[in-house]
Parts: sequence; structure tokens; C-alpha cells
Amino acid sequence: MQVPAPFEYERATSVEHAIALRERLGEEARFIAGGHSLLPMMKLRLANPEYLIDINDLSELFHISEESGEIRIGAMTRHRDLLDSELLAEHFPIFRDAERVIADPVVRNRGTLGGSLCQADPSEDLSAVCTAVDASCVIRSTSGERVVSMSDFHVGPYETAVGDAEMLTEIRIPLKAHAGSAYEKVERRAGDWAVVSAGAAVWMDGDVIADGRVGLAAVGPNTTSIGPVSDALRGVAPSEDLYRRVGEIAAANCSPQTDQRGTAAYKSHLALELTRRSLRRAVARAQGQEA
Amino acid sequence: MTTTEPSPEAVEEERPIGFGRLLRKEDPRLIRGMGKFVDDIQLPGMLHLAILRSPMAHARIVSIDTSAAQALPKVVAVITGADLAEKGLAWMPTLSNDVQAVLATDKVRFQHQEVAFVVAEDRYSARDALELIDVEYERLDPVIDVRTALDADVPVIRDDLEGKTDNHIFDWETGDEAATDAVFDSADVVVSEEIIYPRVHPAPMETCGCIADFERVAGKLTLWCTSQAPHAHRTVYALVTGLPEHKIRLIAPDIGGGFGNKVPIYPGYVCAIVASLVIGKPVKWMEDRTENLVSTGFARDYVMKADIAATKEGKILAVRTDVLADHGAFNGVAAPVKYPAGFFGVFTGSYDLEAAYAKMTAVYTNKAPGGVAYACSFRITEAVYLVERIVDCLAYELGMDPAELRLKNLLKPEQFPYSTKTGWVYDSGNYEPALRKAMEMAGYDELRREQAEKRERGELMGIGVSFFTEAVGAGPRKDMDILGLGMADGCELRIHPTGKAVIRLSVKSQGQGHETTFAQIVAEEIGIPPEDIEVLEGDTDNTPFGLGTYGSRSTPVSGAAAALVTRKVRDKAQIIASGMLEVSVADLEWNKGSFSVKGDPSKSVTIQDIAMRAHGAGDLPEGIEGGLEAQICYNPENLTYPFGAYICVVDVDPGTAVVKVRRFIAVDDCGTQINPMIIEGQVHGGLTDGVGMATMQMIAFDEDGNCLSGSLMDYLIPTALEVPDWETGYTVTPSPHHPIGAKGIGESATVGSPPAVVNAIVDALKPYGVRHADMPLTPSRVWEAMQGNHTPPI
Ligand SMILES: Cc1cc2nc3c(=O)[nH]c(=O)nc-3n(C[C@H](O)[C@H](O)[C@H](O)COP(=O)(O)OP(=O)(O)OC[C@H]3O[C@@H](n4cnc5c(N)ncnc54)[C@H](O)[C@@H]3O)c2cc1C
Repeated sequence: MQVPAPFEYERATSVEHAIALRERLGEEARFIAGGHSLLPMMKLRLANPEYLIDINDLSELFHISEESGEIRIGAMTRHRDLLDSELLAEHFPIFRDAERVIADPVVRNRGTLGGSLCQADPSEDLSAVCTAVDASCVIRSTSGERVVSMSDFHVGPYETAVGDAEMLTEIRIPLKAHAGSAYEKVERRAGDWAVVSAGAAVWMDGDVIADGRVGLAAVGPNTTSIGPVSDALRGVAPSEDLYRRVGEIAAANCSPQTDQRGTAAYKSHLALELTRRSLRRAVARAQGQEA
Repeated sequence: MTTTEPSPEAVEEERPIGFGRLLRKEDPRLIRGMGKFVDDIQLPGMLHLAILRSPMAHARIVSIDTSAAQALPKVVAVITGADLAEKGLAWMPTLSNDVQAVLATDKVRFQHQEVAFVVAEDRYSARDALELIDVEYERLDPVIDVRTALDADVPVIRDDLEGKTDNHIFDWETGDEAATDAVFDSADVVVSEEIIYPRVHPAPMETCGCIADFERVAGKLTLWCTSQAPHAHRTVYALVTGLPEHKIRLIAPDIGGGFGNKVPIYPGYVCAIVASLVIGKPVKWMEDRTENLVSTGFARDYVMKADIAATKEGKILAVRTDVLADHGAFNGVAAPVKYPAGFFGVFTGSYDLEAAYAKMTAVYTNKAPGGVAYACSFRITEAVYLVERIVDCLAYELGMDPAELRLKNLLKPEQFPYSTKTGWVYDSGNYEPALRKAMEMAGYDELRREQAEKRERGELMGIGVSFFTEAVGAGPRKDMDILGLGMADGCELRIHPTGKAVIRLSVKSQGQGHETTFAQIVAEEIGIPPEDIEVLEGDTDNTPFGLGTYGSRSTPVSGAAAALVTRKVRDKAQIIASGMLEVSVADLEWNKGSFSVKGDPSKSVTIQDIAMRAHGAGDLPEGIEGGLEAQICYNPENLTYPFGAYICVVDVDPGTAVVKVRRFIAVDDCGTQINPMIIEGQVHGGLTDGVGMATMQMIAFDEDGNCLSGSLMDYLIPTALEVPDWETGYTVTPSPHHPIGAKGIGESATVGSPPAVVNAIVDALKPYGVRHADMPLTPSRVWEAMQGNHTPPI
């Protein structure tokens, strides 16, 4: 049994309470959401927070709803609920694609959207999903709320725009017509972190792509959207040739490292191949050709 | 000797008295969470031990300051190598006549080597105190790449050994070099390949650990321990600690998987014993997952240059190999003493060769020690992988179908008992029907047709064949011992007055179902229902001496002992029955559970009647003592040689190089089947292991010797999602020298499946001109092979 260093624990009763505690206790304190990233790190003593603020009772952070032309998802929404949500499946099937290949049922029952984004692991899947669908993040502090884009949210590996006395409370995804999205992941084994994964979202305008985005995981320090990918997609009719070209752009715009999951060359290749596959499926879905 | 299909009643009957598909007796306990493992045991006043490990692979210890750790509340003791050295306990023997540091005194020789330990009142405090021990290291260059370990300018790892000037451990050879070279020189076709079996780890679900409890007044040490070999371990502890052997009691309770990982003696056990001896209280040490993966017995790690010679028609003539073996920092290989390379000598496989020769050099590197039998029957996994891979390379070069090439070369039934060119005597075999059966189950010709069509369309489908011969049941005491202890097994059977029984064995189940299998063997021989027979193992005070469970030896050795001890009891029962029925012994007939008078079945006594008479007040025949029990020690006359034919079908995604194992057909022959359901379970587990090794597992290091596989996120264990529905089949070719003809099945599938999977993947990549690619065939490594730049997994 791996055992963590000593820490103190408090269960927050409201978002305000949680943020106030965080403000008071400072950088030695951490929120604990699903605990599936934080607890393993604590057991390995890679993370040694002195205080844990449990946010599992904060019911206002558990929701998936449609409001003001957006899909809004509370930070404490569990992987399991993202997987099961019909609302998400209808508008952004990319979530269900991704959730089918994130970890295993045990982890999915506890792990949360907020925890995933705040962990900001370069291999983490939901950041790529949120990047593809152009989500924005709602960050709250005692002085109020601010909304940042995914590219501003990610500051570096394991680093986000959420400050010491702040909390991610919600992510919001704009609803636009004729959307299609899909996620593709290569893993060494079911439940393993991605060797590489790619998420794509497109919004069609008749026969051409009005807008399109791709988010990649595990190919560099950060999951960010790739500007040239969107430039290449906008206003162009979908074709196999386009998918390949965009795949090449994606591969050229990432900086994977060789590790036990694969060589840098292989990962670049996957960036291309999976971008291509996810785009192909996203377009098919936008055109109503595939559920 | 004949080969048969498994008998249908053996396969279907639900409550057999004897052999058959009996539900496992241990399962109600184990699957309800009521098993009792070492970590479940809590003793009054028990303390907890945690080990400080080296962050570096090779470094001199300059100083150790334990004062801050000592000062932490609840800490009872902090012990370093220097403290142990004062007691002469800093070093201990390994199973291969090397020595290993219990705690490092001079320098550390692998990352995560044991440097100091803390004993505290609870596990958390012990772990916290480790953070407070201050060790100053002076870094030394590590030797990580086995291929450079013998270079002139590399550091000498084992400068503790007197006169040691290099990293060489041993050279070993087998077969006839000159004869083999001669065959190669005149052969039509010679194919060579470097084949690597990377370092892997048994990774049992339960990690290793123990509780040492030394009672000062009694002078007796009780050790609850995750041990696959309780009796052998007790003897070693007696030698290490100087405690008399009768004052050591080793108890191995339920064990959550071993696979060879729990054969060696680890420093942690010795630390716990020393702590209890010194403090006089029970001390528990339980590894965490990382400690298990990074410091305990690994397996494989062979770099094998293989050559095969054949005629152009595909008659295999000879196999030759030159092996470089990485044994890590201490030679901790678990194998019989005269077999430093284990049973690698069976690399001649299942074929009729004219000549064979192997030579091996073993070296030290700055990696964790070990080289255990991870479900490999002492290195047969490596041997079978070598020959089955190189046979496929030959098929590739000859343009022959790999199944056809094997059929052409398999040993014929009339050649058994067969003496191989490296001196092994295969007891029985009937190979062709097994391979034909596998091919039929697979629909082999249809699969090849499907593959041809798919190749036309650019799809990648592969079909891999392997045929293996195992050698298990070590072993004849004239040849085989571990640290001088002969590999024979004792066994004792007692029938209680009411006809219930207890059988006591020296082996130790780690999940294999011994409580069921051994009860069935006794039941078959004496007709007492298996549920009336208690199987007792794992307690050295209450079981006879024997060498333990590994190398698939339990059924071949202790299973034979169980059958023979039961026959001995039955012989006595027959004499008592003759008195009870007032006829001569020769006039009695055995009906599995009762003796009756020949020709008059109405006159009979059951074994239960006899048991009561044996313990009762009534008369017994002249010269017969009361009681109904016996003890024997079984010394096997030869190993047993299970075999099997495996076929694997894979699909490879040409775009991502992801491999899907679509089908796996396994035909096994382990001789007489005791419990077909348990056999099936052993096969399923071993096949899953094989898929793991072939496609995802490797204990990897960076060039500084940091272990990169210290968690189950890095060292992957396959799940149900990576494996297909296993398609199993059996033939039954009994062993001629085993009392019930059984051969052992524990490791067949682990031995036979990796080459089948790799052969299938390589076959799928044929359109890319790939003839060989090394495990683990992760998507990245498969893709590399497709690009023509496959790198060795070193
Ligand atoms: C075996 C295993 C396999 C996995 N496989 C995958 C995989 O394939 N793909 C994948 O993407 N992930 C995977 N994960 C990670 C999993 O999805 C985690 O649950 C997730 O990354 C973290 O979510 P959590 O709710 O558990 O966060 P926690 O572990 O509770 O927290 C993570 C971090 O985020 C902070 N935090 C949490 N919530 C907030 C908030 N609202 N505001 C500010 N800070 C916050 C915490 O303080 C902490 O620093 C795996 C995990 C495990 C254990």
C-alpha cells in the first residue's frame, strides 16, 4: 500500500465556502474532486498538499444543461455522466466517443470534468475535447467570475489559468447549427492514457465547412487549438484530400516526445492519421450520415 | 502410449469422486473476500517496516544520517547497512550461490536497492520517516545496456566479490558445437536473426511481504510470508540467521498470485526478521506496488542470436544460439543449481534435429536482480520463443506455410521417449494430432484464404502458429537441487476415524486450485468424496518437507506423491478389509470407495468402515498397527513434457498500427486431466499473460538506469478487452512415468502463447517485408517495423 504524507481535510459546504478556504489556506491547499489524479500523486508523494478541500458536496457544480444558446457543464460532472448524457450526445457526440475510451468504469464513476481540465495533464482527453468544441471555462474567486477560452486556460503542462484562490466552476460550449464532432484515440491498452488522441469539430454551411477545430492530446506540453488547422478548414468543401492536408498541418504543429508510449515519429504520424479520421467522422455526423 | 480425447464424463460431471469438473473448493472463500492473506493478519503489538531505496542505479554511499528519522514520533528503530554488517547480516545468499546485499553497505548497485529501513508503530509513520533519512551518494557510471557490460572500460559492478575485475557471471553451453557447425556448413538454407526477449515482471496482484514474530522466551520465529516455497525458505532463513531450523515456523497463508515472483528471498523479509529478533515484537513488511515492480524478481532479459539450418524442402536440420543474459546486479536466478540457464536446453523444441548447440554468457548490470521463473518453467519461455520465432523466419525465407513447415518436422509418436540433441528425454508426445486439431478448430485453410483476399485490399491480417514442448516437474534429485536441497516432495495422508481425510503437502497454491486438485487425486485413488478431504499446505510445522510450487511442478511432483501416498494407505486398508471380510487380500476387489469379495459384491466394506475399524477397538489383522495414514517422499524419475499447438489471428490497422487479437486457438496436452475446469483456467490465464508480453509489457530503463516501469500505468497488464474469447481444445497423452499420467499445465500457455501472437503480428506485416520484430509489439513498435526501422527493446 502506498501511503500519502499527513494532510488535513475539510468538506466544503458551498462554492463560496470552498473558495474562502482556499483563499485562507493558500497554495498548500488543494481542492479534491474525483481524486483520481490527485490521490495517486499523493500516494506516490509527488504531491504533498497540507490541506484538502473536498468539493464533492457542491451540488451547484453537478449539471449538464442547455441555456442561452450554450451547453453548460458543471465542473463536478463525472466522466460517467458525460458518457451517459443524451443532451451531449445529441449536440457533441465527441464527448461520448472520448468517454468510452477514458480510463475504466471505476475511474469514470468518480473522476470529473473540472478535475481533468485543472490537472492539465498533456495526455488528458477532455482538454482536447473541450478545445475542439471551442469551450470556455468559468473561473470563480471571491471577487467574482471570469470566462476564459481553452487556449487561455492552459498555461503549461499541469498548469492552468486557475489561480490559488480560484475555482473552475463550469465549462460552456456555444451551440451553432450543423455541428459535427468526433474523437479518436490510440492507446496501448483499454484504460491507458492516450498515445495520441485527436478530437475534431466542424460546423457546416451547406456543402462547405463554415468553421472547424481540432484538439490533440499527448503531442506536446499543452492541448491548444491549432490555428492553421482552422484556417485550412474554413470555407472549404470536405474531401479526403482536405483531411489529409489538415492532418499534415496538425502533425507539423505538434511537438511530441519519445517515451514508453511511443516514439516522437510515431506520435506525429498518429497526429496526422487521427486528425484525419476524426475530421472524417465529424463531417459525416454534421451531414447526418453517421449517428 | 496412446493419445485420446478428454473423456466426456470428465468434462461434464459436476460432483465427481475423483477426476472431473469439480467447482473449486477454495473459491467460496476467495471470491467472497474471506481469504486470509499476509496483509490481513494483525498481531497484538505489531510494528510496521518501510524500506528506504536508492534513487540511483550505481553510487557509492558516502554517509547516512538517520537522526531526524529516529526523532519522529512513533518511530521505534532506523537500521542501516552498517548496523546489519555489525551482526554479520548485511549480505545474504541468493538462490544461485551468489550473494545479495540485504541493505547496501558500500554502494548501491541498482535503482531502488534497499539502503535502510524504519520500524514504527504504524505504516504511515514508517513511511514518513523514510523522507527524513539523509543519504549522501557519490554517483558512479551505471552499466545499463547488457551488450556493453563486458566492454573493457565499463565499471565493475560487483567489486564486493574478491578479485572481480569485470561484470561476467558465467558461461554455459549445451549440445555439440562441432557437429552443429558441420550441419550448418553443408545446409542448403541458413537463416539467422537476433531475437530479444525483453525484461518482464510477474506482477502478481498481491505484492510480496511478511510478518516476522520472534518470541524471545520460546526462542521461536514465526514468519507469515508470501512464499511459494515455504520449506526451502525456512532452511535458507536458518542458514542466514543462525536460528536452528526447528525454531523457525514459516506459514504461507493465502497467496494472491506468484508466477515465480515469490520464489526468491528478498531483503525485505530478512529486514523484518532482523527487526523482530532485535525488538522482540512482530514486524510487518508489505511492499507497495512500485517496490514490487522495481525491485523484486524480474524475468527473461535474454538477447538471443539464433541460427537455423534446413534443406530447401524444409527439413529442419539444426538450431544454434548464442545468448547474452542480463541478470541484474546480483545473480538471483531461481533454477536448479546445475542449470544456471534453467531448462533453456530444450530450445530444440518439438522437432527432430540432427544437431543443436547453445552457448550463453550471463552478466551483471545495474538493474534489479532476479531472473525468476515467471510462469516459464525455468527459462523454457525463452527457449520456446527462440525456436518458434526462428522456425517462422525459416518459413518466411522458404516461402512455406508455417503450419506446414512444422507438420513436416514435428517429432513422430514412435520416437518417444525421445532424447534431444541437448540431452533431454521427452517422456511422451503425439504432436501432429494436436496441431491438426488446432488447425481444424481455427479453420486454418479458410483463414489463409481470407488473409489473401484482405491483402489484396490492403488490409493487414496475420495468422501465427506455435508449437511448444514444455519440461516441468523438477526434478530427479540426482540432477536437480536448489542450494543443495533435492527437488523431491514429501506428502502425508491421514484418514480420520469417520472416513474423512487430511492430506499434507509441501507445495503452496497461489491461486492454482490446489485445495481442489489434490483432494481430487486422493478421491480418485481412495473413493472418498473430495469435499471430505482437507488439503493442508503452507505451514512448515504441519507439512512434510518439499521444494514448493513453481515451474509447474506441483502436479508432476506433489501430485504423484499424493497418488502414491494414497495407494499406500489403500494397501493398508485392503489388509484391514480382508480381516473384516474374512477373506485373503488377493480375493478382494477395489471399487473406488469400497473393497468387495471377488464374485460376491454383496460382501463389501467401504473405506469409511475400514477407517473406523482402523481406529476402533476391534481386531486388526496380525501385524497391522492401528490408524490409517502414510507418508512418502516422491522423487520423480524424469520431468514430464506437456505440449501444445497454438494459433493466433490478429488484425492490424494499417493507419495506426494498432493490433487486435481477434482469435486464439489453444490445443493443450498435459497428459491425464484431473480437473478440466482448473486446466482451462490455467490456460486462460497463461494466454492472457502471453498477449501481455507480446503486445504491451516490458520493464524498461533509461540510460541512467532509472526504472521506467514502476507502476501499473507504465507496466501494463492486459484486461478482458485486449483478449479474445479463448478457443481451447485438448488431447490427452499421459506421462508414462507419472503414477496418474499427469504432466502439469501451470505454465504451458505462458510458454506457448507469446510466439503465436508475435508470429501472427509479423505475419500480418509480411506485405511490408517484415520477417522479425521484437516484443513488446506496442502500436509504436509495430509502426516502426512497418517503416523498416524496428529498434531492439533494450
Ligand atoms: C487508472 C486511471 C486511468 C486514467 N485514464 C485516463 C484517460 O485515459 N484519459 C484521461 O483523460 N484521464 C484519465 N485518467 C484521469 C481521470 O480522468 C481523472 O479523474 C481526472 O484527470 C481528474 O479528475 P478528478 O475529478 O479525479 O480530479 P482530482 O484528482 O480530484 O483533481 C485533480 C486536480 O485538479 C484540481 N481540481 C479539481 N477540481 C477543481 C476545480 N473545480 N477547480 C480548481 N481545481 C480543481 C485538484 O485540486 C487537483 O489538483 C485516469 C485516471 C486513472 C486513475
